[in-house]
Amino acid sequence: MNILATPNSVKGTAAKTTERPQVSIVIVGHVDHGKSTLVGRLLHETNSLPEGKLEMLKAVSERRGMPFEWSFLLDALQTERDQGITIDTTQIQFRTPARDIVLIDAPGHAEFLRNMITGAAQADAAVLIIDALEGVRDQTRRHGYLLHLLGVKQVCVVINKMDRVDFSQDRFEEIAHEIREHLTTLGVTPTAVIPISARDGDGVAANTARIGWYTGPTVVGALDTLTPMRALTELPLRLPVQAIYKFDDRRIVAGRIEAGQLAPGDEIVIMPAGKIAKIKTVESWPVTPVSGAQGAGRSVGITLDRELFLERGDVIAHPATAPRDSHRLHARIFWLHETPLKTGDTVLVRIGTMETRASVVAIEQAVDPGELTSRESTSIARNHVGEIDLALARPAAADPYTDNPRNGRLVIEIGGRIAGGGLVLSIEAGKRAAPIDIVPVESALQPEERLARYHHAGAVVWFTGLPAAGKSTLARALERRLFTRGGAAVLLDGDTLRAGLNGDLGFSPADRRENIRRLAEVAAHLARNGHIAIVAAVSPAADDRAQARRIAGDLFHEVYVATSAEVCESRDPKGHYAKARAGQLPAFTGIGNDYQPPAVCELVLDTATRPIAESLAEIERMLTARHVLREEPTDFAANI
Amino acid sequence: MDHLDELEAKSIYILREGFARLKRLALLWSLGKDSNVMIWLARKAFFGKVPFPCMHVDTGKKFPEMYAFRDHYSKEWGLDLRIEPCPPVEAVDPTLPPAARSAARKTEGLKLALAKHGFDGLIAGIRRDEEATRAKERVFSPRGTEGGWDVRDQPPEFWDQFNASVPAGAHLRIHPILHWTEADIWAYTQRENIPIIPLYLATNGKRYRSLGDQDITFPVASNASSIAEILTELESTKIPERAGRALDHETEDAFERLRVAGYL
Repeated sequence: MNILATPNSVKGTAAKTTERPQVSIVIVGHVDHGKSTLVGRLLHETNSLPEGKLEMLKAVSERRGMPFEWSFLLDALQTERDQGITIDTTQIQFRTPARDIVLIDAPGHAEFLRNMITGAAQADAAVLIIDALEGVRDQTRRHGYLLHLLGVKQVCVVINKMDRVDFSQDRFEEIAHEIREHLTTLGVTPTAVIPISARDGDGVAANTARIGWYTGPTVVGALDTLTPMRALTELPLRLPVQAIYKFDDRRIVAGRIEAGQLAPGDEIVIMPAGKIAKIKTVESWPVTPVSGAQGAGRSVGITLDRELFLERGDVIAHPATAPRDSHRLHARIFWLHETPLKTGDTVLVRIGTMETRASVVAIEQAVDPGELTSRESTSIARNHVGEIDLALARPAAADPYTDNPRNGRLVIEIGGRIAGGGLVLSIEAGKRAAPIDIVPVESALQPEERLARYHHAGAVVWFTGLPAAGKSTLARALERRLFTRGGAAVLLDGDTLRAGLNGDLGFSPADRRENIRRLAEVAAHLARNGHIAIVAAVSPAADDRAQARRIAGDLFHEVYVATSAEVCESRDPKGHYAKARAGQLPAFTGIGNDYQPPAVCELVLDTATRPIAESLAEIERMLTARHVLREEPTDFAANI
Repeated sequence: MDHLDELEAKSIYILREGFARLKRLALLWSLGKDSNVMIWLARKAFFGKVPFPCMHVDTGKKFPEMYAFRDHYSKEWGLDLRIEPCPPVEAVDPTLPPAARSAARKTEGLKLALAKHGFDGLIAGIRRDEEATRAKERVFSPRGTEGGWDVRDQPPEFWDQFNASVPAGAHLRIHPILHWTEADIWAYTQRENIPIIPLYLATNGKRYRSLGDQDITFPVASNASSIAEILTELESTKIPERAGRALDHETEDAFERLRVAGYL
């Protein structure tokens, strides 16, 4: 007995024939407007029905004493046939002249909206069906709205049961106008509006004499123009981490590339922690590693050049195009749960592979998209949509939906079951710790009052550069200079803060990033309260400094002390270089090349070629130009 | 990425989601073309190792070629194979038609295996294009404590976000190849050179399109003796894949009743 057959050992093996585009199409619309009938008719007209199926359907109809019913083809469940409705979404494949089509039949009944969404969310395109007699109904509008929210951009409208309105062109134009208008307000342009009779076949595969006045495409013709949604390779890289595997000596980070592409050697950042690493290899099976770029849609496994802590839910990106992380999101959602979503509710939010608890901070614009009535509400009822503010328990590295659809959508879970979902409209960055029960207390003073006293605005002056470049020396000189002219300057020296506030942190990239974050938070707080916070910290990672700049915003002024490595090592005031050379300071920045000089900053100084006084004058000129220091003390008090 | 790459990437994503979100997982291996592809995909997803048991719920009535295939490849692929028996036909619902009743032994065997091992997730190789009730399945499909499928109350599932919470005593069916077709399975088997059971290839004008128990599975007329020929045959055939499966055709709802009760 031959059990070891493999395809290559079998005779006559040849390559697969040419690829045809495969398009998933969902059929949606109001209950009883004829979705399942159209599907049955489409299968019949494209010669896609299996042998004996037609006879079987006839027999089923006869047994029930009913006229022939196309919908029995898909409504496979007894309950569905008994009640004549589609309960759950189903899929069936057929071929048009130019396409392989996966047809998704979605229920129209309001009670089964969750099943309609389950079907429609997988589709590249949609066919929206309208009964010519009944016209545009609640569910038609609701489905139109949800297609727009689900990101289905290609919509073909069919106006069915034309036989019931005597194939009236006027009736067709009336409905066509109404639905075009509705879809256009949602930002969707229908690819075609087609008059048909699904039962009789008019307009499905051929335009019959009964709709002789119609000159557009048939349904089959319209389906042949729809295109599959392409993977988002052109967007910035987003790789949500699914899991870390260690089945052998490799530590593989596994996930699907949702957008962009990656290749071995790429520098990446792991969000939201902000840790930096390089991709060492892209692992695969049975052949590994693989070379070349891997694009969106691929499920990959990568190894990194260093041991970092990362976990499911992290998002891997390229440093220059990384998503911002936030505890606060603003989203537009649809709600499917029986219990309305209310302000103050605690829910579980999933974005990609990330999950976090979250509270609903605010609800605005809750609306029934079927009735098109918008009203202010503190809750979103079942099958309604609304905009909400979410406070997340752990930070998410999400994107606004318009920037990155794949990393900009979320679902909400209640009791272990998806209860709603929607699009991220915006994220509020820079508010890392913002649980909703913490209310920051504002200062009693106005900025003008401090300005009047100190003759300067609040600012963060951030000195970065190699150890022994002269940062602390300059910072101390600046502190004294500002104090002398009546200002409020505070020195935040990296080493000094490590002795106290940051005493719990080591020198791993994650700890260094946290060290910089805390420095930046303290400095920004002082600056917002009118002080000039002078920070002297090596801060070797450009990305960490970018984070500090995000935290302090416009108040941030970066001074790069660009003294050369040779000069720094020859100075060595703390003996660090000597120790590092002796191998006693493994994480020391300066030996090796892990310092990343700024590409752009407010000022560059070299203490080897410029005396301290001259450097100080440069700094003062920069601060004056940036409206921190005021030449002439302004007497605001005189105006009060 | 071509069509097969897309199918593969999505299946790997589903397998990894199942492994990440469920504690006690097993892959149901029926030895047929679909579950062989599924094991191949699992090895891709987990870099050569299948990190959960592969379970064969054995009616004892498979073809000798299938048993030989199982015994050879479970070793070669390093699988943690669990073979679980099924109760005799006398123990099964007597109101079912004969073939369905025979097939329902597998449902009962599955229940016993679930209780024995405490699995909370079963990876199963069903496809939507096989059969109309399977076309309505979710990727992560919740089952009740009796193993039943409540088709009227399936959870929403979209954007590859799956419901993975399992009440005590219940389990989830995970369907990584739900979106594949019969032709996809063969094209992929050919591309990846996945071993096959020769019963699928025609001899003397007949071949099996679907393999099940010997007594209730029949070959169909075919001259396709290679995968390339099978693919050509599938382009034009109007014979449904499960035509040779007696249990599907006994009554209008025989298969639905089986599936609602927990059959695959």
